[in-house]
This record gives sequence, C-alpha cells and structure tokens, in this order.
Amino acid sequence: MKHRTFFWFFLPTGLAMLLFIAMPIVSVVTQSLFTPHEAVLVTVETCTPFSCAQETTIDQEATAALREQSPMGRFVGFDIYTDRGHLAFSEVAQAWHSSDSFGEFLKQLNNLPFYRAMGFTIVFVFVVTPLVIAMGLLIALAVNTVNARLKGIVIFFSLLPFVITPLIGALVLFWMIDSRGIIGTALQWMAGDPSLSLKASTGLMWISLMIYGVWHAAPFAFVIFYAGLQTLPMDQIEAAQIDGASRLQRLRYVIIPHLMPLVTFVALIQLMDNFRVFEPIVGFNASAHATSLSWAIFNDLGGETRQLSSAAATSVITILGVALLLSPVLVRTWRDYKGKV
Amino acid sequence: MFLKKFAIAGAMAALMSTSALACEISARVSIVGNEFPAIQSVGAGAQACTGAEVKTNLTADHQKINLPGMQGNPAEYTSAIIANSSIVALMNEDVIRPLDDLVAKHGQGLKKNQLITIDGKIMAVAFMANAQHLVYRADVLEKIGVQPPKTYEEMLAAAKMIREQGIMENPVGGAYAAGWNLAEEFVNMYLGMGGSHFKPGSAEPNINTEAGIKTLEMMKALSDYMNPDFLTHDSNATNAEFRAGNVALMNMWGSRAATLVSADGVAQEVVDGFAIDGPMTVGGGSIPASTLWWDGWTVAKNISDEEAEATFIAMMNGISPAMMANEEIRTQAVWLIDGYQPTDAAKGVFAAAGMNTIPYPMLPYMGLMHTALGNELVDFMKGDESAEQALKDAEAAYIAAAKEKGFL
Repeated sequence: MKHRTFFWFFLPTGLAMLLFIAMPIVSVVTQSLFTPHEAVLVTVETCTPFSCAQETTIDQEATAALREQSPMGRFVGFDIYTDRGHLAFSEVAQAWHSSDSFGEFLKQLNNLPFYRAMGFTIVFVFVVTPLVIAMGLLIALAVNTVNARLKGIVIFFSLLPFVITPLIGALVLFWMIDSRGIIGTALQWMAGDPSLSLKASTGLMWISLMIYGVWHAAPFAFVIFYAGLQTLPMDQIEAAQIDGASRLQRLRYVIIPHLMPLVTFVALIQLMDNFRVFEPIVGFNASAHATSLSWAIFNDLGGETRQLSSAAATSVITILGVALLLSPVLVRTWRDYKGKV
Repeated sequence: MFLKKFAIAGAMAALMSTSALACEISARVSIVGNEFPAIQSVGAGAQACTGAEVKTNLTADHQKINLPGMQGNPAEYTSAIIANSSIVALMNEDVIRPLDDLVAKHGQGLKKNQLITIDGKIMAVAFMANAQHLVYRADVLEKIGVQPPKTYEEMLAAAKMIREQGIMENPVGGAYAAGWNLAEEFVNMYLGMGGSHFKPGSAEPNINTEAGIKTLEMMKALSDYMNPDFLTHDSNATNAEFRAGNVALMNMWGSRAATLVSADGVAQEVVDGFAIDGPMTVGGGSIPASTLWWDGWTVAKNISDEEAEATFIAMMNGISPAMMANEEIRTQAVWLIDGYQPTDAAKGVFAAAGMNTIPYPMLPYMGLMHTALGNELVDFMKGDESAEQALKDAEAAYIAAAKEKGFL
C-alpha cells in the first residue's frame, strides 16, 4: 500500500486512538504526579441541630487563591507511587529488615494494600485464564458434536453467562452461595457442618471468585473456538483417521494446532480482562478477603473524600501491569509476523 | 423496584392531598440523595412542584456521584441531600452555596436548629435527626428473663444466654460489612470508649490507643454472636436477618428501624416482638457508643440564581410542615420539621440525643479516616492479625491519604 493511501486509511482510527487512548493516558499520568494543595484550615463556629461548636473546616478563599496560583496542585513526582497505598518502598524495606524468614516477609507484604491486591490478582489471572481456555475448548468440542437441530438452542444457553451483565451475574451467584442460599445450604449439608460459610473464609471466597471468573468467561472462549472448529480442514482429519489416529490423537495433533492462533488470542484478551478483575469483588462484597487494583481505584474514588491522585497512580500501575503481562505474547506474535515476511 | 415506586406513588398521593399550598417553580431542579424511606418522602414532596421538571436520583451510592455531579458548570445536580459526614466532601471542594438570602426570602417556617451554619453562613437545611440505637426482640428477651441491655456488655451476656438456650444460633445483628459500615461501627464504639480519632487541634491520627484496642476487642466479641458472613452484611442485609427472625439484638439506624417490620412477609412473632430502645454504652462509659446525625439538603453553587431559587422552593415543599399530618411519613424519621409529633419509633433517636451522644465529626479529614478504618480493620475481624497491628495499619493508611490530600 502506498504511504499516502495508508495515511488516509489510518487517519480516523489514529484520531480515535489519540482521543480515547493516548490522551486519557497522558491525563492519568499527569494526575498521578500532582496532588491537591496543602489544606488551609480554619476553626469556625459550626451550628447543627444538636449544638454550636468550634470546628475545623477548610478556608475556601485561601484555597481558591492557591488554586488560582497553580491550578495543577502540588507537583510531587513519584511520591504517590512510593507511598504506603501503592508500591510502599519504605514499608517493604522495613518488612525485609524486620522479618526473620521469607514467609514472615511475605506475610508483612500481604498487609500492604497494593501487594495484597497484586497477590489476589495474580493468582486469579493464572488460575482463571487456563481454566477458561480449557473449559471453552471442551464446550466447543461438545457443542460441535450435537445434532444440527439442537445446536442453536445449545449455543444460546452456553452463551448465557457471558450475556448477563457481570455485576448481575456476580450478585446472582452471591445470593446462591450465601449460607442461607441454595448452594451455601447444600454445601453445609454435604460437609455436615452447619456453620460452613463461603463468605467467611478467605480461601473459599477466593475459590468462589475464581469459579465465577471461569463461569463468566468460558462462553467467550467457547464462541471463538467454536468458530475456529468450523474451519477445520476435513481432509487432514480424514487423513489422520486413515493413518489410524485415535480421537485423542486427532485432537492433540490436528485440531489444537489448527486452533492455536485462536488460543493465543483468547489468552491475550483473558489475561488483560482477568488482570482488571473487579465486578465479582464488588458483587460478592468480597473486599474483606480479596482486592484488586481496579477495586483499589474504585475504593479511592468511592470514599467520602475522593483520592484522585492515588487512583491515578493505581491506574498507571495497572496499565504497566497489563503491558508487562502481555509482553511475552506480543513478542511472540511479532516474531511470527517477522518470520512470515 | 416496583415496591419502591409504589411507595413513592403512595407518598406522592398522600402529599397531594395534604399540602394545600401549591408549589410553583420556574427552573429545573435535580436532586441526588440517599434512598431510605424518609428521603424518598422528601424527594416525592419536591416532585409535587409544578411549572418545571424536578428530577430525583435517590441511591445508596449518592456520595460517589454527588460531588462529580456538582463540580461541573452548570452542575447536573442542583441539590444534594447529605448528612453531617457527607456535607464535608462538598464543602471541601466548594460546590455548595450559602443559603442566607434564600432562607430570608423563602424560608419562613424553618426553625433555627434546622439551619446548618458554618462560620456565620447557612450552608444546609436539616430536616431530620438520626442515630444508631438498640433494636431488639422483646419476646426473646422475655423468654430468657432479661431486661433490654443498656450496655454492650449486657448485650453480650444476653446473646450468650439466647445461644445457650438454643433460641437462636447467631442472635446479634450488626452492619459490619467491610468498608463504610465497619468503620462506622468502630467510630461509634471508639467514641463510647472515650476515644478521640485525632490528636487535639490537628489532623494527626489518634486511634492506636488503649481505647482503640478495647473497641476492637468488643467488636470481635460481638461478631462471635453474628452470622459468620458478617463482613458482607450492610444495614439492608442486617435488617433482612432481623426480619427473618434470625436476630434478636442489634444496633440499627433510627431511619431504618422505624419501618423495619412493615415490609411484606415478616413473620408475626417478629412484628409483635419488635422493640426499640436507646443506644448502649460500653466499657463503663456514660456517653453512648453511637453518633448523632442530621440529614439535610444543600443547593449547588455552579447553577444560575433562578435554578437555585427553584431548587430552594421545591426542597422547602419536600419538607413542608403539612407532611407531618401524614401518619406514614411521620413514622419514617425523627423530623426536625415544625409540627412534628414524635412517634414510638423515634424513641431511640431521642434517647440518643438525651444521653449526650457525640455528633459524627464534621472534620475535613474525617472521611479519609473512615475509609482507612473500613479497609484496614478487616484483617483483625477475620482473626488474621492483632488489634495493635490493625490500628497501626489504619493509622498508616490514613497518614498516606492525608499527606496526599494536603492535611498532614
């Protein structure tokens, strides 16, 4: 393609990317480097229905003057990134020096909000992603063998978990696993322990969240793989059959290699999605047991006093995390591409 | 959803019939606020105005959206219904206007104690008082032969008897959901223990104290008698437990207690046994382990004067004394509105005020403390760390946040 043609083809996409991807990133990076001004506090008489008292409040005029002077706030560099709410450099160093064993160090690390969130996020990503791929493939293979008349309806029902709004799906499951819900009660009966509660134990809550993650995303993998299965080269399958390949061998040596580019694609999307795990934590009210970076951003913005700089710093860290996570896959794709050229 | 709409429609119909005064406005009004019954009535009253559109957005997530919705110019919301905790966020960002001129022009009938005055300027109009206090099952306490508890220690003793006699497995209810609710219970209990969240005259935290440790120990002891899922139970879930007859003793908001057993499908024994008493004290203190609250409305700064005036008129109609003639509305809250005759449901909040309960602090940095407590105390409540460590963590989290916001 000529450079000129390419330019005009790319221009609309390029503009949209600039507007909706590049500029927000620039904005969020900037916000993470600045914090609000030092608060100017005054003590004034405050009267409420109960009493009048001297209370501390913010001096609006002085604050307005400060904002006028430097509208961006205070430049603090990477201070927010290194404070306790984020990478917590000094707290980590202190934990390293004060702990006798590596286990003790990890325990202290887990006490810091960022590392606790990362701990859950990483486990979630690396448990849910492979399970989603495996489940998706299994469902796709199963549906592919279903009688053509039933296929439509089976596909529809297999897709349902993905169609449901994530938060609603999480809430449905949340009430089912409640100790008075249908699954919760069934588990209590099976375990013979009437005090068993999925929501009260960190381990069980993690498992519930991961089951939700797989339940919700498996249909996505299924659709992709099912589409891939429709393009299977029948001559290769038949050749393999004539050569005496068993069902399992055909799957292992013909079908999976054929679907491999799709597996990469699903893995890429799922790594990205699962790293941003958020809805189930809110839906399950699980913040006592599991947090993630996205949840931390939500929490910073949801308190009575919003912490924009802190939320911005966590957002930048999330972007870097996604980039890091995707880099091996991206590098591989790039190599494949170069190999072909 | 249907029921809620139905209730609003009912309140509207009641208002239409009782408010003889017509309410005419000439500019848009848009209200954001919490969703409990009393606020639904205020919203419905404002919507009874004619002449221009009155929109309401009443949701439990109001505090997440009111500030962004008022920072624009013009602001999306012309009025935010707030409480003494949430007005601080709006004051910190300077998005609400002084109401002195509007009160002079349209505020006839407001009582002096309804005017929230900060540095001589009226910043909000309060319409109800609120506090958490004891809600219990009189029939269950009668069965074990004890009086309604006056202290948390007595509550524990009663809970133990109820469990041991096999009446209920988890007789104590509490809105201990991780986050805002858990922090609120700490704030209550800590004040009851005689603690103070900040060092005098500064934004330095002061919770890692002996009173703080005793507070957490009491909360932990109470949680042993709660549904094991207590860290996921907010006020709504706690009320559901009470309605289902699983809970006999709980510390609950006056604004929610009043209508607690009027929901559909509550068992008759729960309806009959339902009773309210004042807040409890703790650790031998005389000040209740609770906080006093007021709810009121504000008018946005970034709107035209016409819109501000229309908003003021509509909100005044939402808190009109005529509403006090409606029995259903009257029970919904402890109204500060002229002509309010207390109902039995108001007993708890009145007792709280009479016992010198401390109002929830209106400090600019209290919100950060609340958030830090809500996140950092869960490890202790789960039994994963010591009380000292949890309080140390909460202080550290607060300090990081307060530094960012320029308070330290």
